Amino acid sequence: MSCQCQCNAGNEPGIYTIIDQIVEKYKGQAGSLIPVLHQTQQALGYLPENVQAYIAEKLGIPLSEVYGVVSFYTLFSTVPKGKYKISVCLGTACYVKGAGDILAEFEKQLKIKVGETTEDGMFTLEACRCLGACGLAPVLTVNDNVHGRLTAQDVADIVKKYAEDK
Amino acid sequence: MEFYRSHVLVCAGTGCTSSDSQLVRRELLKQLAEKGLDKEIKVVETGCFGFCNLGPIMVVYPEGTFYCQVKPQDVNEIVEEHFIKGRPVQRLLYHEPDKETRTLEFDNIEFFRHQKRVALANCGHINPEVIEEYIARDGYFALARVLHEMTPQEVIDVIKKSGLRGRGGGGFPTGVKWEFASKSQGDQKYVVCNADEGDPGAFMDRSVLEGDPHAVLEAMAIAGYAIGANQGYIYVRAEYPIAVERLQTAIKQARELGLLGKNIFSKGFDFDIDIRLGAGAFVCGEETALLTSIEGRRGEPRPRPPFPAVAGLWGKPTIINNVETFANVPPIIRNGWEWFASMGTEKSKGTKVFALAGKINNTGLIEVPMGTTLRTIIYDIGGGIPKGKKFKAAQTGGPSGGCIPAELLDIEIDYDNLTAIGSMMGSGGLIVMDEDNCMVDIARFFLEFTQDESCGKCPPCRIGTKRMLEILTRITEGKGTPEDLTNLETLAKTIKNASLCGLGQTAPNPVLSTLRYFRHEYEAHIYDKKCPAGVCQALLTYKILAEKCRGCGLCARNCPTNAISGKVKEPYVIDVEKCIKCGACLEKCKFAAVIKE
Repeated sequence: MSCQCQCNAGNEPGIYTIIDQIVEKYKGQAGSLIPVLHQTQQALGYLPENVQAYIAEKLGIPLSEVYGVVSFYTLFSTVPKGKYKISVCLGTACYVKGAGDILAEFEKQLKIKVGETTEDGMFTLEACRCLGACGLAPVLTVNDNVHGRLTAQDVADIVKKYAEDK
Repeated sequence: MEFYRSHVLVCAGTGCTSSDSQLVRRELLKQLAEKGLDKEIKVVETGCFGFCNLGPIMVVYPEGTFYCQVKPQDVNEIVEEHFIKGRPVQRLLYHEPDKETRTLEFDNIEFFRHQKRVALANCGHINPEVIEEYIARDGYFALARVLHEMTPQEVIDVIKKSGLRGRGGGGFPTGVKWEFASKSQGDQKYVVCNADEGDPGAFMDRSVLEGDPHAVLEAMAIAGYAIGANQGYIYVRAEYPIAVERLQTAIKQARELGLLGKNIFSKGFDFDIDIRLGAGAFVCGEETALLTSIEGRRGEPRPRPPFPAVAGLWGKPTIINNVETFANVPPIIRNGWEWFASMGTEKSKGTKVFALAGKINNTGLIEVPMGTTLRTIIYDIGGGIPKGKKFKAAQTGGPSGGCIPAELLDIEIDYDNLTAIGSMMGSGGLIVMDEDNCMVDIARFFLEFTQDESCGKCPPCRIGTKRMLEILTRITEGKGTPEDLTNLETLAKTIKNASLCGLGQTAPNPVLSTLRYFRHEYEAHIYDKKCPAGVCQALLTYKILAEKCRGCGLCARNCPTNAISGKVKEPYVIDVEKCIKCGACLEKCKFAAVIKE
């Protein structure tokens, strides 16, 4: 089963073999759905419908249940993300220190709204929950790199730094 | 065994890592090797020291010299001066915000002087990735003692008598919880560690996991022995990659030494631990939702009873304790319950870790005896409010807590006092706000959070928080009516009484506490259509002060809507009709002539 659209989403060669290997690791373990989804998303970047359906079949659970879990947890995504995922922390400490202004500045510079990806597929802008780096507030992460003690003036430099790193 | 004349501890917590502590460490290793000092001086990666805003942090022992904000280019000077000539580098030492002198030793710094470290005892002192360092600080001694000398009931009694209460928010007595689970019948029982630290502004669990992961493993094994469980799970946020990695390393090392697995200490006790990752759902910090999530389903809570101690994970008796709670267990077993119970207040024993953040000079993690006043925490440890601003409120308990006003600064912080004033301990986030923060906006911020994180299972929380958020948004936009305040209060009471789980039952707290202590701010928004703190955009007007304006025209050139006009060298004027309140003029003005009110 695959989705009806014309894109090639989730049909990258070898993805089913990768899922097979992931599922094999958790064979016979209760509660394996979430770890399997985590690892599949790590391998593929997102969880399109055909991938969810394949996981459901392999684990022997209904697709509705897989989709229910995918849509419940915010870390799981059904659409591809940009090469660099910018997550601006909107925890309390960051918020009182002006994280809202930083987020607004990114929207202005990247010309996208929160949750969207730039057309060239370089950046996805997200607001995220407390990263636990409150001592450095306001903070954000670009993929796994944490940037702290920011002001709205730093936004342009961050975008430039990663944009050059194609 | 090798001996070194000096040990250099470099913080590898999340805060310092993002301030490039790894570059500093690598540079140090390189230079020590070049100078042939690598056999004399050992570099140790540690967990969080707690003083995150001064990162990267480096401490040199045996002297205890405390260097802060060390950059890779400072390493050469430290090596040449300190390690070769024995002279500490003065300019990198810490200096108190209000003093000229710099403090040489770690223990004399105000920030550390008032603290009492129990849960954080090893954080910043040992390399969390080396089990031997934990063992050298009496690690796994408590597990050995319970297996050799104590019955499960004796363990439960010690924890009960210590007075330890859950550090994750609720404050339920830990020993009582263990006793329930131990008495429950079941062929299989579980020990679960709640490391789904979701309260914005709280990061103590992350620091314990990153700085002292074995303490949590040891405590879970002790709990397993006490209740008769042989399997543990740690449910940790996926947003904490360093913590997850250190836990994995720690579990592997403990298994290799036989401290986890089969027949621990040859006493016939089996216990093992697995990690489960969260996936970004705040509600999973609620214990029943957390269990459902471990089971691989949508993390929705369920009604209690039955409590997890009776029917928890896969319907089996389960105890769930928070990371900080577990971190207190080995020291209690080692030092005795009397030692633990001698700290704190009548009903709240021991110490509590707080994450200081927001408008405060010293941000970071602190641990103080229960009963310490808010004033000590904010002014003595925290160093007060930056830029000479006035303290307005301290927010505790995250989205479930409330705001404490300046009048209550001398309150002794413990579970019951905080509840009495309409806030709560929560997991220990403590966010300081100054005169520039609008309390209505803060209340709206928290409601936005809980409304977004509400799982949607029960209507009071799902619909009620949405309605409250709409009212609050309306007030911050200057469209509030006097009835809104009564409606907010009625809704708050209904949601508190009727919601299924802790998330909904506590969601109205930020609104209720700000209404209680900062009602005048709500009224200013509703009646005067003003935001006294100057935060709520819709209620602001930008103005140019004629006496300060030099007529340079910079503001007019930067105004995107051409709302500013005037003649060069004469005061400029903003046309409020055209102004879109973007703040560009205020940012650009070099003479502070633009104000918002």
